[in-house]
Amino acid sequence: MFIQLGMETAKILIYDGSFNGFLTTVFKAFEEKLPISDIQSNGLCQNGLFSETETVFTQMDKAKRVWNGIQAKSNTAIKNVYFAYLSGQKGIELILYRYIKKLFGQAGIAVNDFSDTLILKISQLADNVRREKHRMEAFVRFQQTQDGIYFANIEPDFDVLPLISKHFRSRYADQEWIIYDVKRKYGLHYNLESVEIISLDLKEVYSNSMLKKDVFSSTEYAYQHLWNDYFKSTNIKSRINPKLHTQHVPKRYWKYLSEKKQAV
Amino acid sequence: MSFERVREKLNILADAAKYDVSCASSGSTRTNKNKGLGNSTGMGICHSYAEDGRCISLLKILLTNHCIFDCAYCVTRKSNDIKRAAFKIQEVVDLTINFYRRNYIEGLFLSSGIFKNADYTMERLVSVAKKLRLEENFNGYIHLKSIPGASDELMYEAGLYADRLSVNIEIPTVSGLKLLAPDKKHEDFTKPMRKVKNEILRYRSEKKHLKNTPIYAPAGQSTQMIIGATGESDKDIMYSATHYYRTYRMKRVYYSGYVPVAEDSRLPVIGSQVPMLRENRLYQTDWLLRFYGFDVREILNNDYPNLDIDIDPKLSWALRNMHLFPIDINTADKRLLARIPGIGMQSVNRILKARQYRKLNWEHLKRMGVALNRAHYFMICSSRYWQQKDLDPATIKGLILQNSKGKFRNKYSSQLCLFN
Repeated sequence: MFIQLGMETAKILIYDGSFNGFLTTVFKAFEEKLPISDIQSNGLCQNGLFSETETVFTQMDKAKRVWNGIQAKSNTAIKNVYFAYLSGQKGIELILYRYIKKLFGQAGIAVNDFSDTLILKISQLADNVRREKHRMEAFVRFQQTQDGIYFANIEPDFDVLPLISKHFRSRYADQEWIIYDVKRKYGLHYNLESVEIISLDLKEVYSNSMLKKDVFSSTEYAYQHLWNDYFKSTNIKSRINPKLHTQHVPKRYWKYLSEKKQAV
Repeated sequence: MSFERVREKLNILADAAKYDVSCASSGSTRTNKNKGLGNSTGMGICHSYAEDGRCISLLKILLTNHCIFDCAYCVTRKSNDIKRAAFKIQEVVDLTINFYRRNYIEGLFLSSGIFKNADYTMERLVSVAKKLRLEENFNGYIHLKSIPGASDELMYEAGLYADRLSVNIEIPTVSGLKLLAPDKKHEDFTKPMRKVKNEILRYRSEKKHLKNTPIYAPAGQSTQMIIGATGESDKDIMYSATHYYRTYRMKRVYYSGYVPVAEDSRLPVIGSQVPMLRENRLYQTDWLLRFYGFDVREILNNDYPNLDIDIDPKLSWALRNMHLFPIDINTADKRLLARIPGIGMQSVNRILKARQYRKLNWEHLKRMGVALNRAHYFMICSSRYWQQKDLDPATIKGLILQNSKGKFRNKYSSQLCLFN
């Protein structure tokens, strides 16, 4: 926490919960030199006993200026800010605000100062999100629906959909696909032209169930069968190592992996 | 296609291909052009892991397990009484495309038993890759096995469609090869390697002048050696690996602990343990050579022909070279930092960046993730407290082993169990 200046009481700023909203809030705090006691998303705000609250409305031009400002300081910094923000950790906004203040406060660029607790923390949080992004690029399992859409449900630890969109778009450019985050209730839909954000009224979660569903094509189950077989035949029994296996494929992801059908 | 028939073939031919350990799917430069399928740029992805903990990144299968050779170490050798099968080219294409579309794999790793002759087999492998690239517009990763003895023309064509090519040398020494695979000549292995190396070099030099030079094996070539089938020392293996890295510009040499697959008086008996720990130590050495600036002669030489099993090769080297330590973390250059046991390249890079701001102490290093339990005997930092006593190497080793928990520790513990 930093020291309050003058007689002004510290404020809690409330924003709409979007990344651009957060950046707008940072802009406001900098411009008006506000003493801040917290930055909260409007969904989850909690009033402090002695602090005023103020709602900040997202303004793209201001958000853009903060983004560009950080990026001009360092490319690593802007990536770390965005990735760490997506970690959604409780209180991340205030930590990031302090991080950004630090970036602008010093003459040199401090993003590499790993002996600084705050900087190391942001860098590690960003790494965690980066790992989850990479995991999702690996663990998404598409199932082909009757009408030819490749559909996948995911439940990642962090909000990584915005980060994986480009990867899947350039990889599966010739097939229609949907990746839907059941935890955060939104998804990506690629319609062979562009990727759009969608929200669906899913009646059920499509995990790797043993039961066949009507929505998926019959060849879909044939290929799942082949894949499951392959998963088994490629294993060398005399080298079995369950600890290493679960270290690489943690159990919380098994639900959506068709090759772990029998294990769940 | 008939799923039942394909299923049976897949079971046989995936089972036969699994002893090939290469799983890399990185290092290619094939981008998705004109809305095709797949993209293999930059880093590879491990889509799953088998229960043995090995990564599954590629659909790893043999085209067929019919083979005219009788190599003692190989599960598909002619004299082995097993079920044989062969895929049709279209079946492999369909499997690859459909697995890829569901995000199961990064691509295909296609190998084969040798039927009729080397060229005939190689031609079939190339035609799978060609079909995937030209007819299916597939930009995923393709790893083809170079068949020992295949002609230069076919090896050239293979490189046009594949991202990586590999020939498995299997037995690290020429004498071992004579013993276990009498039908094969050492030159049969090196000929396609040399061709691929020369083509890659030619591609690189032509590319400078002609922009549209057809891309050739962008992810380079690799090879594999079986560990523990014949009596090679670790020195033999690593010197041989170094030779392949240098002479053929290998991207990777893989070490594969021998899994006994045959009753043969020349080989370990079926059921004997796979030398997984030794394999691990060899990989650690490989990493020290490729990323940490070590020379193979520093780690293995006539005085030390084998790696220590109970400690890692860097620690073992450090204990033999105590006169070089302690190293000051705040001033030493990158090359020296990388030589401190317990400090990996990630920590080295963090230290180099962080020490520009202030002198680093124990607390900083610990937070950055340095394995201090090993490192602190070999370094000094900005603190009044460090290992001041002149400890001898044996004591340090003892202390490290006592205060750490290695994942393989139970495998070589000499302590007797009281209640067993």
